[in-house]
Amino acid sequence: MRNRLAIGVLLLLIAFPLAAKHWDQLFYVSFASRILIYALAASSLNLILGYGGMVSFGHAAFLGTGAYTVAILMDEGVSSAWVSWPLAFFVSALFALVIGAVSLRTRGVYFIMITLAFAQMAYYLFISLRAYGGEDGLNLATRSRVGFGLDLASDLTFYYVVLALAAACLYLMQRLLNARFGQVVQAIRDNETRMEAIGFPTYRYKLICFALAGGAAGLAGALLANQNGFVSPNLLQWTQSGTLMIMVILGGVGYLYGGVLGAVVFLVLEEALSAYTVHWQLGLGLALLAIVLYARQGLAGLLADAVAGRR
Amino acid sequence: MADVLLRVDGLFKHFGGVIATDHVHWSVPEGEMHALIGPNGAGKTTLIHQLSGALRADGGRILFAGRDITRSSLHQRVHLGVARSYQITSIFRGATVVHNLALAVLARSGSSLRFWRPLARETALFEEARRLARQAGLGGREYVVAGRLAHGEQRQLEVGLALATRARLLLLDEPMAGLGPEESQRMVALIAALKGSITLLLVEHDMDAVFRLADRISVLDSGRIIATGTPEAIRNDAEVKRAYLGEDGIA
Repeated sequence: MRNRLAIGVLLLLIAFPLAAKHWDQLFYVSFASRILIYALAASSLNLILGYGGMVSFGHAAFLGTGAYTVAILMDEGVSSAWVSWPLAFFVSALFALVIGAVSLRTRGVYFIMITLAFAQMAYYLFISLRAYGGEDGLNLATRSRVGFGLDLASDLTFYYVVLALAAACLYLMQRLLNARFGQVVQAIRDNETRMEAIGFPTYRYKLICFALAGGAAGLAGALLANQNGFVSPNLLQWTQSGTLMIMVILGGVGYLYGGVLGAVVFLVLEEALSAYTVHWQLGLGLALLAIVLYARQGLAGLLADAVAGRR
Repeated sequence: MADVLLRVDGLFKHFGGVIATDHVHWSVPEGEMHALIGPNGAGKTTLIHQLSGALRADGGRILFAGRDITRSSLHQRVHLGVARSYQITSIFRGATVVHNLALAVLARSGSSLRFWRPLARETALFEEARRLARQAGLGGREYVVAGRLAHGEQRQLEVGLALATRARLLLLDEPMAGLGPEESQRMVALIAALKGSITLLLVEHDMDAVFRLADRISVLDSGRIIATGTPEAIRNDAEVKRAYLGEDGIA
């Protein structure tokens, strides 16, 4: 059932640019790419927040690290996506491994604060990187090169590459969550003491989960750098971490498609409301309030209930 | 006499000015069912915490099968063969009985850094979990969500989880806590069935159960072991009577 739904949505997403092209609304293709990139980033946060029970308030650090990896490599003359995108994943994952190794020794509010502090340190680090634009950021000369006759400079091609990557990542996430690793991580979220007491080195599992999520966020960052043609320290600011967290809460904490739904709703609301008022965040705030008060499981939870209720 | 499985040498633990474990020297031979009793606040749970690795001792040594485990963590000790149950039920409330037990089996079934094959397809794991459910007296309740089990059944699952680790030494912290008479009977039967196959350290307030089950009993008072002996010897020990059982004695 769920898989059929996912395949249906995927087919719609594949057909979408054709419709946009038909009605000459190619702007929306680029907008859809942006949503998909944020969907990937938010899903990676959901992996640790929703499934791992680790409330990280510094996820933008990994998004930004991935983006900067691509931008800096391009600045140094390396523009192949086959090099810079995997590197964005690994550099971000490694960074997450270091941050996680320290942060995961704390719990609760302290964990939230220490991840925030690390992210802010990264933010100021990139501000001080004068060689790569410092506060002003860094332009990308082109989009990354993928070969095979594909040119990412075309928004249409870029959209399909983003879609393929996001879909693949979500599929991998689903496999991982149902496999041993994901089941162990979720059990640790539910009862860490008991997991220790039956013999699991829980710290190690949480750390690996944290690093994987960091890597996935880095990959989203690599795509975002390409999408924007520009990177700046703003990508790492704490408000970005907040945005990702809001997306996850809106969409559904601990639901596979929570990050996706959250990214869609957040960015569409932003786009629609900001056309009317500069105070669009007020509308967003109200939506968030309604979710937190009346639908703690987010939109994915509401949908799941609706599907279950109809049966 | 059988080999010593657990030996404690001068174990010491304090919380601020309160001494919870006062240089305890003590040992439990392999295969014995050993009960640890003592008045409230004697330091029984603190001792169990140190033996299981949930708390670090401030001094002294813990030897398990001749190996110093004083510095080993909770999960390392499980792999060495020391497992425990909790006084306050600690299970996976949202998962079925079988899933609970399968996690414990998983912990000793090779690396769980596996990211592809669904856990649900690892049938051998769940087969063993079902066998363990029956051993814990939960046959027929395998697919009930743990949070919906009756209190007594949750206690059985609690013990079952410790059992599922296949440890050589089980530390059971008040398994009868909060059980009605009938539920207690079932728990006693469950523990009695383990006799001989495993070394057991039982902390319990239910004196009936303790004197029925234990091969030997140790009495803890103010962080010190004041007596160790057969149930008969403990029943007649003057110091034990004074410290714990009251002037009137028991039973």
